[in-house]
Amino acid sequence: MATVTQPEAKVAISTGNRAVIHVEDIHKYYDLGETRVHALRGVSAEIGAGEFVAIMGASGSGKSTFMNILGCLDKPNSGRYLLEGTEVSRLTKKELASIRNRKIGFVFQGFNLLSRTTALENVELPTLYAQITKTEGETRAREALELVGLADRVAHFPSQLSGGQQQRVAIARALVNKPSILLADEPTGNLDSRTSVEIMEVFQKLNDGGLTIVLVTHEHDISQFAKRTILFRDGKIRRDEPVGARPLAAEVLKNMPTLED
Amino acid sequence: MDLLAIVRIAMRALARNKLRSSLTMLGIIIGVGAVIAMVGVGQGAQQQVQQQIAAMGSNLLFVGAGTVTRGGMHMGWGATKSLVYDDMQAILRECPAVKAAAPGSTSSAQVVFGNDNWATRLNGTEPEYFDIRTWPFQEGTSFTQGDVETGANVAVIGETVRKNLFGATDPLGETIRVNNLPFKVVGVLSPKGTSAAMGDDQDDIILIPITTLQKKISGQNWLRWIMVSAASRQSSYAAQQQITSLLRDRHRIRTGQDDDFFVRNLADMADLADQAGRVMTLLLASIASVSLIVGGIGIMNIMLVSVTERTREIGVRMAIGATEGDVQRQFLIEAVVLSLIGGAIGIIFGTGASYLITETLGWAVLISPTAIVTAVVFSMAVGIFFGFYPARKAARLDPIDALRYE
Repeated sequence: MATVTQPEAKVAISTGNRAVIHVEDIHKYYDLGETRVHALRGVSAEIGAGEFVAIMGASGSGKSTFMNILGCLDKPNSGRYLLEGTEVSRLTKKELASIRNRKIGFVFQGFNLLSRTTALENVELPTLYAQITKTEGETRAREALELVGLADRVAHFPSQLSGGQQQRVAIARALVNKPSILLADEPTGNLDSRTSVEIMEVFQKLNDGGLTIVLVTHEHDISQFAKRTILFRDGKIRRDEPVGARPLAAEVLKNMPTLED
Repeated sequence: MDLLAIVRIAMRALARNKLRSSLTMLGIIIGVGAVIAMVGVGQGAQQQVQQQIAAMGSNLLFVGAGTVTRGGMHMGWGATKSLVYDDMQAILRECPAVKAAAPGSTSSAQVVFGNDNWATRLNGTEPEYFDIRTWPFQEGTSFTQGDVETGANVAVIGETVRKNLFGATDPLGETIRVNNLPFKVVGVLSPKGTSAAMGDDQDDIILIPITTLQKKISGQNWLRWIMVSAASRQSSYAAQQQITSLLRDRHRIRTGQDDDFFVRNLADMADLADQAGRVMTLLLASIASVSLIVGGIGIMNIMLVSVTERTREIGVRMAIGATEGDVQRQFLIEAVVLSLIGGAIGIIFGTGASYLITETLGWAVLISPTAIVTAVVFSMAVGIFFGFYPARKAARLDPIDALRYE
């Protein structure tokens, strides 16, 4: 695993020990008519380059809101959020779109690939919104697909791919613009347990290459593949601890029955 | 994101729903097609009228004997005896804007040749008449000025008269009997068709020297009309004024009194017909534009459905870095591509419909490049106008809500 070399690694590692994510006393609330719902009540955390963090919590604990803020899809009502040293919470919508495009890779529970669009074109999508030439975008998309082990599926449509393969395409799409951080929101929520571990294998491999990953999950087993878990409850961080005996997904897979069995 | 890439994405999105896209386009196709065909019909009719007016003669002015009121009795046009041959000579002499003039008097006639007979109009005039009206001969020539001086029994006949009296026989040199007087046919006029202004058959006519008509048939020495040719189309208005003031002077009409003659300017009529034609074209075009607007509403409707359907796609695009502007452009261009393709097909369809109208109904249809350019610009404008709101709606979506949309 450690022998994997990739362009993403260089970018992430070059930031050294500086925190990729630094959040300070973040508050977020929604006004629903008369009542005010507090989703986050003062969250502070720091995630360094090369970390692999699993965010856990029951629904309504604030973990999704936290992810949306980390992903620059939402802004906190108060507090500071520094992404690679840039104060993100004061940027305009257009600047946020650019940050999402260049610095953040998203992986969703429902894959969210465009139907009737080939794997390659799906992966190319973020390059269309970046200042990259068409040929450069295609080269990068092919590289990203190779990285997730789908070099032979570039011309397939999502409907021709299995769930695990679709999620790999989505991961490739998240990686194509060489982001500083990969955000995955329940990436294994729609997958069976073996495929889930396969996806975690991909994540561990990417993380070994130096990519910073933040993963939201409610499955305890899945969270154990990360290096650190953060538990949310009632809009606050309740527990933040390293994972002790971290299993290697590649090893786990060897002992799992394959679909053919 | 460059325009070409957006257009490519738009094409692909439209291709995903071929039936829906083509049905939506149908609205624009019919709209643009209707506008092109209707404007074509309008402009064709306008051009035809102009050609017919031009065929009546070059820079023609018609001076007619006017009305007179005698003892409280209104006598109607042509009732006066005041328009005379000397008036015509005065016009030629004293009106600088006038190039040529021919006198005219009219009678009806029963014409006989062999066993056939025909009732027609009989006009007495001078050889100048044929030049003024730019009326060529298909056979023979005009009678001469000498014939006019001697009051010779010679006649020029129109196509309708030739057809009815002679059929296949060559009329040149034959003798016809007009009101029982023998006339030798010296010329046959080319067909001129139905007059645009009056709607009567211009070829149903016999022309003889004016002196012959006045002395041998009508017994009148005054004129019914004078045909005048102005030096140019512009000077026809000057000629009209010069003739009017000259004749008022000669006929001793005091200020405030009505003219006992009238001067009709063909340029006037051409302008009038032009105006009428333009109004008709505009009317047809505006009726056809209604269907274009309906087509535009169809586009808006489908784009709104499309935005709702693709909410998650919009969310994904925003999450991976599309700005509001990117999303808005994408949907706007989709609407414009839809309407432009519709417009292009509509032009073909409209042109085809125009040809069909020409073929089956025999109407003149004129497809002008202006109409085509206007149609393209208009359909693009429809796309932008009706695509703007759905695109705005898409761009305004909150990415988080959009991603969560089921």
